[in-house]
Order: sequence, then structure tokens, then C-alpha cells
Amino acid sequence: MIRRRTLLAASAASLAAPAVVRAQAMKLSFYYPIAVGGPIPAIFDGYCKEFQAKTGVEVAPVYAGNYGETLTKAVTAIKGGNGPHLAVLLAAEMHSLQDLDILASLPDVGLDAEGEKWMAGFYPAFLANSRADGKLWSVPFQRSTSVMYYNKSAFAEAGLDPEKFPRTWAELQAAAVKLTRKDAAGRVTRWGVKMAADTGNAQWTFGGLANQVMHQLMNEAGTETYFNHPKAIEALAFWRGLASAGAAPEGVSNWGQLSPDFLEGNAAIIQHTTGNLTNLKTNAKFPFGIAGLPGKDGPRTVVGGGNIYFFKNANAAERKAALAFARFLAEPERAANWSMRTGYIATRPEAYETKVLKDYIAGFPAADVARGFLPVAVGELSTFENQKVYAALTNNVQACLNGAKTPAQAMADTQAEADRILKPYKKA
Amino acid sequence: MRRETVQGWLLILPALLLLVAFTHWPAATTLLDSFYATPKGSRPPRFVGLENYLDLLDDPVFWIALRNNAIYALWTIPASVILALVMALAVNTAIPGRALARMAYFTPTMLPMIAVANIWLFFFTPDYGLFDHVIGVFGGGRHNWLGDRDTALPAMIVVAVWKEAGFFMIFYLAALQAMPPDLKECAALEGSSRWNFFRRVTLPLLMPTTLFVLVNAVINAFRLVDHVVVMTHGGPDNATNLLLYYIYQAGFRFWDTALAATLTVVLLFLLGMLAWFQFGVLGKRVHYR
Repeated sequence: MIRRRTLLAASAASLAAPAVVRAQAMKLSFYYPIAVGGPIPAIFDGYCKEFQAKTGVEVAPVYAGNYGETLTKAVTAIKGGNGPHLAVLLAAEMHSLQDLDILASLPDVGLDAEGEKWMAGFYPAFLANSRADGKLWSVPFQRSTSVMYYNKSAFAEAGLDPEKFPRTWAELQAAAVKLTRKDAAGRVTRWGVKMAADTGNAQWTFGGLANQVMHQLMNEAGTETYFNHPKAIEALAFWRGLASAGAAPEGVSNWGQLSPDFLEGNAAIIQHTTGNLTNLKTNAKFPFGIAGLPGKDGPRTVVGGGNIYFFKNANAAERKAALAFARFLAEPERAANWSMRTGYIATRPEAYETKVLKDYIAGFPAADVARGFLPVAVGELSTFENQKVYAALTNNVQACLNGAKTPAQAMADTQAEADRILKPYKKA
Repeated sequence: MRRETVQGWLLILPALLLLVAFTHWPAATTLLDSFYATPKGSRPPRFVGLENYLDLLDDPVFWIALRNNAIYALWTIPASVILALVMALAVNTAIPGRALARMAYFTPTMLPMIAVANIWLFFFTPDYGLFDHVIGVFGGGRHNWLGDRDTALPAMIVVAVWKEAGFFMIFYLAALQAMPPDLKECAALEGSSRWNFFRRVTLPLLMPTTLFVLVNAVINAFRLVDHVVVMTHGGPDNATNLLLYYIYQAGFRFWDTALAATLTVVLLFLLGMLAWFQFGVLGKRVHYR
């Protein structure tokens, strides 16, 4: 008997040993984009170390540039057979990534019934770009919304109430006209409002505007777009109208230029990401406010930022570990820490129940403004061939802002181009 | 086979291997890829013959990029070469602070294009950037240099000329220094005017250098797009989209490998024709000593 038991124990040990060794040696490659300023890599390295101490799985982050560059590098590496196991990429890239046939859906990663319940705990707006074919494909992580920053001194100077930011388009335009200041020679020294229309950002600005007239630009499957719609045209006409009214500069404003413009006092209101809050807080020499975007009739905004994706090239054990890492990052204390140190919105309500975050918000209420607008936020424009559709939209928006096309013409051209791009994806 | 032949082949073998591996082989596979549709996911690429090329003819962005690139080349090549020659002539004469002037002209060449683009991004900033500031002093208005369709491409051209001229100047300067001074003394004795000397002696003697510089300028007119990436991303509305940038967009933004391969073949063909023209036609008229 003893001998038999010893034998069993020994064989069990020898069977278990490789598994233990494997688990200890497991190393996940994680591509990660740096989209805002600040010491993000240092923060992130800390999380990875904590995770390793807890589970023995080493997560090796690869800081791969901005979102676009990270996408390029991840896809190139996967096609080359040496890709990451997981990555943070734009939430809106879901359909395109699916089309490349490199994604593992959350059920494929091993999300069970309990996991499904956990997924339901995210803010719904942050899951808007995660669903396709009746499955979930990504876990929200570094998320933001589009917000407006405004110069309170300029508001006071123009005779506006600094504590009351416009809530409708009409109010915004009226305020922006008042905020625009000219010198004796007629040169504008301060613009009322600036919104980014350069490549990579025009579609985000426009996504917000479309939601402000309650218009959805695409279907959930990502195979159809609705640009050539009176409401979409109305949204573009409003954008263009800000320049015609003299409240915004003619032509295209660059995303990267908005923060310096704001800090220089060259723009009284800018539309930007919540992720920019810490930067402006550090550098602004005047009191400034943060507010949700207005809408045609009331505030409405659009979410942005990146989700965690899992890739097919990871084996079952690696996928499981990757999912565990995603859940580790979403734990309330860590999500709260992440939000405070970066300015991103914590993706789950329970993070806002933690004491640290409550205390932080009590001392810096601006940090909690964006969250209040999540109920009126929608997902980003996201289709198959996402970048091509973005390019078509961006070119036409830019042509319209340059005065080369009417809003109706620009939207009709965008729709025609998008139809051509999406033709192969239309199911008969 | 003769021994010398074997030796000859052995000597060029290393260079040949590298050339084949990194130039000819990729070019050949690109040509092959241009006959196939873009593979999607696990589906294998499908042979489509010349369809990609026909699609290209219908692609408005291709024609815009081609037109932009032609304008870009027609301005940057002559402007940078002439400016380089003028600068070289200037710093070849005995002027005070000559070393400083040479260094100043050469500085743009030493800076990486990405850094240059970021500096110029500030120059072009509307309202409070360098140019608008200077123009404002003289009572001028606001210019959205990079955000306006009419000024974006000229802005790209100015940056490219600024970046390139110093590099070409070095070649002209070297050629001018190598020119024997007795020619000048001779011409002075004959009573030839300075302009006549420049036109009849200096310029013809600089022709080999000019050909070399021209070849480089032509290549750069199609190759130098780093500042487009940093400053405009090809916008607004494709106003600064150049062929190579469009290839990058197609290949790494849209993952449309068929379009990227087809564009690459077109670009290769264009460059090949230009090289043939330069070496075959211009080259024959160059006088080598």
C-alpha cells in the first residue's frame, strides 16, 4: 500500500512539475501605446511587477508609440509570427482587427459565466465598441471622453458666467463669438473655440458632433455608415458655421496645437480628451474649467481611448493568464490609482467608491466632471476597413472646413466613398 | 571559365548578394504581389491580373498624390540645386566669417528630418508662430499655413528645400575647391568677365557634380516624406499627400497590401524612367575630365 501511494504521489509530482515550471516561465508580451504625457511607463512597470509577484506570470510591456504606431507594430509582428499575446489598441479598431483574423474573442480567451457578470460591471459606454457577432472582443482599459476645457478668465472678461458653460449649440456659438477678441488692426488675438480636424482626430470630433444631434454614424456590425443623412449634414454645418460666424479659425486646426493654443490664451475653449487634464492643470497660468460637450439641445459626447485585446497566437494557458492580467488591472484600487495618476476615467463604478479616489476628487473636483457625462456618451465611429473610412471622412471634413465643399456635398462624397470601401462586407 | 572571371565574380559576390537580398528580390516580389488581391484574414491572396492597376486609374487619391508629387519635384529640385550652387559660390570666396557661414548652411543637413519638421511646425503655427509673428509686425493677417489647402504643399516644399540645399552645397563646394586656380588666372589674363568665366568654365566643370546632385535631388523628391508624416499626415484633404506617403498609408494604415504593392511598382517605374533619362540623356552631355 505504502509503496503504491508513494508511487502515485511521485507520478503526480512529476506530472505536476512541468506545469509549475511552465507557469513560472510564462512570459506575456504586451504592446502598449503611450497616448498622453506623463510617466506612464513607470506607472505601468509597477503594475506588471505587482502582477508577477502575485501570480508568477511575467508581463513584458512593449511601449510602442502612439495608438496608430502600436497597431502597425502589433499587426506586423503577428503577421511575422512573433506577435504580442495581448495589446491595448483603439477600442474603435475592433472590426478591422476581426477582419485581419488575429483576435481571440473573450469567450475564446476563457470568459465564463462569472466573467460575463464581471464584464457587465463596466460603464456601458465603454463597452459600446466591444460587441460584434453577439460576442465581446475587448476589455476596456485606458478610456476617456471628449470634453471641453475653457478659460475662466476669458469668460469673465467677455461678460459670461465662468461657472456656467454652454449646454446647447446656440449657446456655445453665441459664447464663442463673444469670446473672440480682435486687436485694433482687426487681427484676432483670441479665438472663441477650436476643434481638431487633422488626420487621426477629425473623426473623433465629428463623432461627438453627430451624437449631439442624436445621430448614429454606423450600424453595430460595422458594415454600413450613415453619413448622407440630414442630421450628419447638420452636424458638419454647425462645425463649419463656427468659422463662418467668426468664432473659430478658417481651415483645419491641429490636435497637437490645441493645448499650446489654450495655454497661450489663443483659444478660449478647446475640445480635447480627459487624458489632457493633468497636463493643463500643471501648465495653465489662469483658472480653467472642464465641461461636457454641449449638444444641439443638451450635452452629449463620445468616448475614446483603448481597450485590451487578446490575440489568437496565444495558447490556452497564455490566454487565461492574459485575461487574469486584464482583471487585475480593473480591480477598484488599481483602477483608482490609474485614474488619478493619468487623468483617464476609471472604467468601473466601484473604483469611484474607493477612499483614495473619493478623497482625490474632493480636492480636485474637475477630475470627476467627465464621468458625469458617461450616460450621454456613445461609442466611436467603428467599421470594417476603419482607417479607410476615417480617411474618407477626414478628407471631406477638411475640404468642407476649407470652404471647398458644402457640408451636404462633403457628407454625400464621404458616404459614396464609404459605400465603395464597405461593399465587400455587405451581406446579401 | 578563366581564373580572372571567377575572381571577378567572387569579388562582387558580397555586394551582389546584399543588393539581390534587399533590393532586387523585394522589387520582384512586389511586382508579383501587385497581381494579387489583398489577402483577408485566413483567406489566401487571389490572382487578379491587372485589376489592381485598373483600380489605381480610378483612384482619385492616386492622381492627387501623383500631381502633388510632380509639383513637389518641379519646385524642390531646381530650387534646392540652384540655392546650393549660390551658397557654395558664396562661401567659396574669401568673406569674413567663412567657416561660420559654411557651418550655418550645413546645419539643416545634420538635423534629423523629424526634428526639422517639429521646428518648422512652430514656424508655421497660426497667429503666434514665427511667420505670422513677423507678418503681423508689418500689419499682415493670420495664415493657417498647414491647415489651408492652398498653402500646405508650398509649406512642405519650403521645408524640403531648406533641408536639402545645405547637403548639395557640400558637393558643389568640394568641386569648386578642386578646380585648379590657374584657369581663373588664365581667364583674367584673357580679359574674360566674371559672368563669362562662370558660364563658360565653372559651370561646365561642375556638370559631373550637377548630374550627381540632380540624381540625388530627384530621388529625394520621391523619398523625403518624413516631414509630411510629422506636420500634415497628407492633409488637409490630401493637399500634401505624396506617392511614398500614400504607399505608407495603404500598406500600414489600411493594410491594403495590393494597393501598396501596385503603388510601389508605379513609383519604381517612375524612378527607373527618370534614372534612364538622367544617365542616358543628360549623362552623355556631361563632360568628365
